[in-house]
Amino acid sequence: MSYTQLAILAVALSAILDLFIVRTRLLTRRAFWTSYAIILPFQIFTNWWLTSRNIVIYDRHQILGPRLASAPIEDIAFGFALILGVLSLWVFWGRRGVAVRSDKNN
Amino acid sequence: MRHWGYLAALIFVVIASFWLEIFLKVGVLRRMKRLIYSIAPIALLFIGWDSYAVWRHHWRFDSTQILKIYGAFNIPLEEYLFFIIVPIAAIMTLEAVRKRRPHWIIGDENVGGQK
Repeated sequence: MSYTQLAILAVALSAILDLFIVRTRLLTRRAFWTSYAIILPFQIFTNWWLTSRNIVIYDRHQILGPRLASAPIEDIAFGFALILGVLSLWVFWGRRGVAVRSDKNN
Repeated sequence: MRHWGYLAALIFVVIASFWLEIFLKVGVLRRMKRLIYSIAPIALLFIGWDSYAVWRHHWRFDSTQILKIYGAFNIPLEEYLFFIIVPIAAIMTLEAVRKRRPHWIIGDENVGGQK
């Protein structure tokens, strides 16, 4: 599979995790989208740093072509899936009573 | 200095987010068990993706801009750190939003009580 296909698959899987597996439904929550709006500019900056300096180099046959701040557009999907997956599990474990409050470790 | 190119990006992410732990007291690092449980499964999947992508030449890393310390699957140390640091930064952001907007529902409220 190409990077494009894998990026779409990752977003789909993270959405399925959030909506149907652990059912945290972050995708329906204002707190999630606000957090994402804060994270996104930092992600774009970090992606720009890594790609414009050729620290990470992409095979152009594996990407669609459009770039945002020098990074392949697929990177946005990659980052989104990573963030949604982790935040979804974070809320899931909180709901299960694992280290709910910041002043307690368990 | 050139070898620090990738690590510089990670240091930036740490600086940009970890102040929330100190000044906004989001208390994410103090919830280590929950942090590990949340990050480990996702990080493992992404490391799997990463190793597949490197193997299939979807992307590669400039060896002059990394520390050239490699872990399993020939993935650079920085890449492993990325999958730990970025998730921590994301969780700190969510917890910071919760601190500033306590009435916004996140979904893990009322633990031990009624749903």
